[in-house]
Amino acid sequence: MNFTLKIWRQANPKDKGRFEIYKIENISPDASFLEMLDILNEKLIREGKDPVAFDHDCREGICGMCSLYINGRPHGPDDDVTTCQLHMRKFKDGETITIEPWRAAAFPVVKDLIVDRNAFDKILQAGGFISVNTGSAPDANAIPIPSHIAEEAFDAAACIGCGACVAACKNSSAMLFVAAKVSHLALLPQGRIEAAKRVKAMIAKMDELGFGSCTNTGACEAECPKNISIAHIARLNREFLCANIKE
Amino acid sequence: MANFFNSSVGKKIIMSLSGLFLILFLLVHLSINFLTVVDPSGKLFNQASEFMETNPFIFVMQFVLAAGFLFHIFYGTWLTLQNRKTRPVPYAVSTQSNVSWSSQNMWITGAVILGFLVLHLYNYFYKLKFTDLIESGQMTEFELVTGLFHVNNWIYTLLYVSWFIILGLHLNHALQSAFQTIGLNNQQWLNRLKWLSSIYAIFITIGFSTISLYFFIRSILN
Amino acid sequence: MTTINARIPEGPIDKKWTQFKSTCKLVSPANKTKLDIIVVGTGLAGASAAASLGELGYNVKVFCYQDSPRRAHSIAAQGGINAAKNYQNDGDSVYRLFLDTLKGGDYRSREANVYRLAEISNQIIDHCVAQGVPFARDYAGYLDNRSFGGAQVSRTFYARGQTGQQLLLGAYGSLNRQIKEGKVKLYQRRDVLNIVIVNGKARGIIARNLVTGEIERYSAHAVVLASGGYGNVYYLSTNAMGSNATVIWQAYKKGAWFANPCFTQIHPTCIPVHGDYQSKLTLMSESLRNDGRIWVPKDIEDARKLQRGEIKANDIPEEKRDYYLERRYPAFGNLVPRDIASRAAKERCDAGYGVNNTGLAVFLDFSDAIKRLGKEEIERRYGNLFQMYEKITAENPYETPMMIYPAVHYTMGGLWVDYHLMSNIPGLFVIGEANFSDHGANRLGASALMQGLADGYFILPYTIGHYLADMVKEPRIDTKTNEFEQTSKEVVDRIDQLISIKGTEPVDYYHKKLGKIMWDNVGMSRTEQSLTEAIKVIKEIKQEFWKNVKIPGKIDEYNAELEKAWRVADFIELGELIAIDALHRRESCGGHFREESQTEDGEAKRNDQEFAYVAAWEYQGKDKEPLLNKEDLIFNEVQLVQRNYK
Repeated sequence: MNFTLKIWRQANPKDKGRFEIYKIENISPDASFLEMLDILNEKLIREGKDPVAFDHDCREGICGMCSLYINGRPHGPDDDVTTCQLHMRKFKDGETITIEPWRAAAFPVVKDLIVDRNAFDKILQAGGFISVNTGSAPDANAIPIPSHIAEEAFDAAACIGCGACVAACKNSSAMLFVAAKVSHLALLPQGRIEAAKRVKAMIAKMDELGFGSCTNTGACEAECPKNISIAHIARLNREFLCANIKE
Repeated sequence: MANFFNSSVGKKIIMSLSGLFLILFLLVHLSINFLTVVDPSGKLFNQASEFMETNPFIFVMQFVLAAGFLFHIFYGTWLTLQNRKTRPVPYAVSTQSNVSWSSQNMWITGAVILGFLVLHLYNYFYKLKFTDLIESGQMTEFELVTGLFHVNNWIYTLLYVSWFIILGLHLNHALQSAFQTIGLNNQQWLNRLKWLSSIYAIFITIGFSTISLYFFIRSILN
Repeated sequence: MTTINARIPEGPIDKKWTQFKSTCKLVSPANKTKLDIIVVGTGLAGASAAASLGELGYNVKVFCYQDSPRRAHSIAAQGGINAAKNYQNDGDSVYRLFLDTLKGGDYRSREANVYRLAEISNQIIDHCVAQGVPFARDYAGYLDNRSFGGAQVSRTFYARGQTGQQLLLGAYGSLNRQIKEGKVKLYQRRDVLNIVIVNGKARGIIARNLVTGEIERYSAHAVVLASGGYGNVYYLSTNAMGSNATVIWQAYKKGAWFANPCFTQIHPTCIPVHGDYQSKLTLMSESLRNDGRIWVPKDIEDARKLQRGEIKANDIPEEKRDYYLERRYPAFGNLVPRDIASRAAKERCDAGYGVNNTGLAVFLDFSDAIKRLGKEEIERRYGNLFQMYEKITAENPYETPMMIYPAVHYTMGGLWVDYHLMSNIPGLFVIGEANFSDHGANRLGASALMQGLADGYFILPYTIGHYLADMVKEPRIDTKTNEFEQTSKEVVDRIDQLISIKGTEPVDYYHKKLGKIMWDNVGMSRTEQSLTEAIKVIKEIKQEFWKNVKIPGKIDEYNAELEKAWRVADFIELGELIAIDALHRRESCGGHFREESQTEDGEAKRNDQEFAYVAAWEYQGKDKEPLLNKEDLIFNEVQLVQRNYK
């Protein structure tokens, strides 16, 4: 297959950045999107040009590192996948593919298609955990948890922190990301104790870091590679409201 | 609670409560409008109008309502402007995500609704309250309200119906969004609320439009 | 040759660890705040260690090459984590887990270490549940288990097919808590390129800031390496693209011993290679072997037709299918340990029975399980794995059998450590996959997560305290000392050298070349001849690499090719050591299969007389043969027998 690639190039955070056009030929439909970029980069290196910088690591859809906005969609034109799981068979032969970095004030561009998602770590550092010291836990079966609760908690806990929700949202809101952690921990009895404190701390940090507010468009859910439901955002709102009323 | 009002979630909750209040008001307004159709002589409607104009509770409520509108408009605009700042460099390719048009364009539909609202207020509210059209006996409330939907003034009816279609689009997202924001939603209710929201939006749009069309068609037949 | 003291406590095996814990030296809370610890890596081992050390009150600096600690490759572990809880009442115990792990490792690990691991396994589950890890539960709300290769009990705890992710996020949560408390400082997007030794003790590291290219120095009272395994020497593996051996390899060149490098694990159930542009291999969890049946056609003609694409799997009737694992190993069937399952697949494919266009694949069939349990139940158990398979191959595994083939997955070898998890360099601790300690010649499924967390949460916090008790008097050291200057200069010089080669071939060209010779000659089966040839070829690759590699860009900026070049330069050298170790070990054991040493029916044949030891290689200088140190393995609890899964 042959493609025309329109790729965002930006040397560093201060550079203004621009699109550059590349032609690429003879790509197998079974190649993954990132393997296609590998091939492009090898070509660029041989031509003495600077290869395209992009984030990637596990290449099996779980580390959350890959982050490309492809033809108007985070992670490209396939549902429930990360960019590394996207394959070229999802594109038409001869198609022009536009590749952009995640765009959000809270995710500044580092180089080309790489953005800084440190803000996500900071939100979790504000309270996205259960405060238990190593060695102090009771027996694992001491508190039975109904399997449907455990399953729902898991649905939320499946978040890989890729940032597609922020990239897809017209307000660059991180609500789905925050909701996933709040919901995961609020559903479990172990996490209830700190639930009120947690939700307030995480929301405050989220606001501080310059993410927008949620207007319930559902774009985050539509683009989440792990299919995390916006029902968790409703739970987050509820937790937040209750936490403030109880105050 | 101070932090609550300063937080993005708190602001959204306030915004949705003001929206829910306006959603309720629309229902009240529609039921009064229906009186024009129920009693084509206009007597019932005139009585209701009289009641609305003189009841002290309603008198107070109209200020609350005005405040509600103003708050919803200015607060919504301010929030929208804040949200714009979160993406200084826009995407070259606009979103291809599978989301509803109305959810993405609440401010635009809101602005259109506001534009017509001004005209609407001038046509009815201003004339009722600040002219002596009624007191002087030139016309009744009923005649004032239904008279505008006349074939001679067809463009007004067209605008009126279009306006309610835009309002319908606004409401289609509004109701479910409000429930979501105040936390009254979960996996089971997610789709039910979407449906409920759409049904409500269609009901309001069709409700108001049919009344206007009723008088419009009547003016042709006469 | 040095005599090796592994500092294993005296006493009966089930008392050793308790004994150690109650007698080891301690550091007072006030003194802990004066002590700094560097942790390299934020996977299960690194994150759990950094968090636990922070909880104790030490000042921790933690480093990862990714943009966030949560991306470490532990996140990709699918199947589960073992523990001897015996919640299923099926006869499990600490002792049985110990025996299974020791036997699974083909008796090439230390008894005391393995026993301690089994002993701690239960505490890990307790702690992770308390952290909010959403393990699978039954309908009454109690924890569920599944069975894994090499065990006849169900002792594997799991969280769908994402157990590693959930455990890592648990550890990452604890780490975040300590970052908030200010006890842990996080340095992300850093490649740790060397360790600094002062007066014979590990006292710091040299790191490269991957965004700015700056070379940074950090000092501490002890250094913990948790940088993971070296499977990427083989180019194609199930490791993440960035997984590397740099810091353990540089530590080796600074004098730390590298133990059993040839013990690499080839995982039997991966998605087969589909093209030469391929960048990595995707694992399909071993848990699939619980319900999936592995087969190839009985008739070689059918296999050829499959290879030519003339027929499909479902065209072959039941009686013409060869369920070769069930045939050869009736007691364990499809659940034999990984090394055995991998070799059996290779044996069938080498004999011409492979089932895809390359002839390098076997079927993993769920049709029986779907008939027995229903599609819904299979979806509940393996839904995400099936979905992943379909995304990659565009085939629906509910309807046609999966195709799988072995791939490099895990490295049992690593830096040598004693019972305290300390290398032969005082103050240099090595935990998780980066050390060699617990898995012998083959790791059982669901044991890697167990080991990483045991090391980080429950072992290192005690053993490092024992070491640091004597370091309390040592003040913090300045990073401008001679030793830091010297090591920093070594790093800068090597980077300068790499970037100034300006040859013609990209880094990947050499990595692929290295991978090919490693897979062909130092892979699932090895011979004297293949290994000798590999050593020769690797030397050539090394020479060519340093003459002709092409690295674009500059030093002082984000430069992915420069990162890769440094890593591949290390992989090439490590590849040679793997081959040297494999050549010297003239026996078959676990993942190391020497064709010269097999039983009549083709099973691995150990040579306990000559090789019941840990091979700890010592660096002797550039272009010099490494020196072999031997740590004899003494078995008091078990009698060494040939593994038998029949």
